[in-house]
Amino acid sequence: MPSPFRFSRRISPVPVAALAFLAACAAPQSGINDPFEPANRTVHAVNKGLDRVLVSPGAKVYGGVVPEPVKQGVENFAETLDQPGDMANHLLQGNLEGASVNFARFALNAVFGLGGLFDVATEAGVPEGKTDFGETLHVWGVGEGAYVELPVFGPSTARDAVGTFVDFALNPVGKVAKGKDATVATAAQILSRLGDRARYSDTVDSILYDSADSYAQARLLYLQNRRFELGQTGADTAGAPDSDFIDPYEDPYAE
Amino acid sequence: MLNSPLLNRRAFGLGLGAAAAVVAVPAVALTVDQAKDLIGKAVGDINAVISSGKSEAQMFPAFEKLFVRYADVPTIARSALGVAARDASDAQLKAFTKAFQGYISRKYGRRFREFIGGKIEVTDARPVKSYFEVISIAYLKGESPFEVRWHVSDKAGKSLFFNIIIEGVNMLASERTEIGALLDRRKGDIDGLIEDLKSI
Repeated sequence: MPSPFRFSRRISPVPVAALAFLAACAAPQSGINDPFEPANRTVHAVNKGLDRVLVSPGAKVYGGVVPEPVKQGVENFAETLDQPGDMANHLLQGNLEGASVNFARFALNAVFGLGGLFDVATEAGVPEGKTDFGETLHVWGVGEGAYVELPVFGPSTARDAVGTFVDFALNPVGKVAKGKDATVATAAQILSRLGDRARYSDTVDSILYDSADSYAQARLLYLQNRRFELGQTGADTAGAPDSDFIDPYEDPYAE
Repeated sequence: MLNSPLLNRRAFGLGLGAAAAVVAVPAVALTVDQAKDLIGKAVGDINAVISSGKSEAQMFPAFEKLFVRYADVPTIARSALGVAARDASDAQLKAFTKAFQGYISRKYGRRFREFIGGKIEVTDARPVKSYFEVISIAYLKGESPFEVRWHVSDKAGKSLFFNIIIEGVNMLASERTEIGALLDRRKGDIDGLIEDLKSI
């Protein structure tokens, strides 16, 4: 297990004090810890408005007008651009297997997939290797902290918000790509997000517009899914019930 | 092989024996295979409705029937209602359960069109504490496969599922939040909530 302190010098933009603070206020990873709910709800209302007037209509146009192969190409390209950052995070997590998956995906798609437009890696049987700095912090023992809803980025936690910021600021692609290349990279990433919004429109619409309390639903969904991604719940936790497990027979009237 | 009269008779005999056991000991323990079978059947029936070519409006009653057959609806409904169930009368609970099962069937039924051309495969099952967890993988068109887990119990007298967890997101928790918010909107009036559910 590599010492987190050896790595912390490399990621100097994150003040070590902030990390220590996050670790210190690590809340139990179950239930909902939302001390900033009023502020979060305000941000949620803004995000929802943004979705209604901008993102959702944009996604509808993008999803409806752009041919499927082009959308797939954009998504593949954006995913290829994620690989260097994902690889760095896997290395920071001490996950050599994950890092080699990212390396293989990047190499295969960049070389044989016309610069990342085609996903030959998946066809060759290389699994997806998504990760982020929030997961790196989790691996280092940082608790998720309070729930926060970020402007534009949406549901997050104190830990994952730091992760999003670090991933954004330290993205190797952003360091290498300059001028026109950087614009293309950013455009691909934004279009890929629009493509996701279009693809999952039924799910997103049902949460944002069909539920009685879209803030509470989005919060629950994010926290549960994130804990699942990080392996805190799910099939890997063999034999043990999840911390969020509900037994409706034991106490059917319980909160 | 299944046509062998010998096997049939044996299977019949086993069936009778099992039936007798159920009558004699109502709390006959659910096995991993039974839990797995239940979900396999439920998934098969849902797939059949989805690929039947019926209109969405025609599918909803079919989904409701399947929900009632394979899920412990009264328990799920009471759990979704949360603390408010304590103050509800029996008649209210009954009306709520009925409205809830229609609401769930429509809500999730609308989403099943995403399953057209896809399939769900039951891969594993295991006992966890007092219930069974059946693990399945959903393969949808144009998406990476994802995990769907089913919690199955026999506490209602027969094996029924009481929760579905899709990539960590669980239906019971989600419906508790939703029903709670709807009830708040009605300022705690359960009859009002029941009316609302009928039109969602």
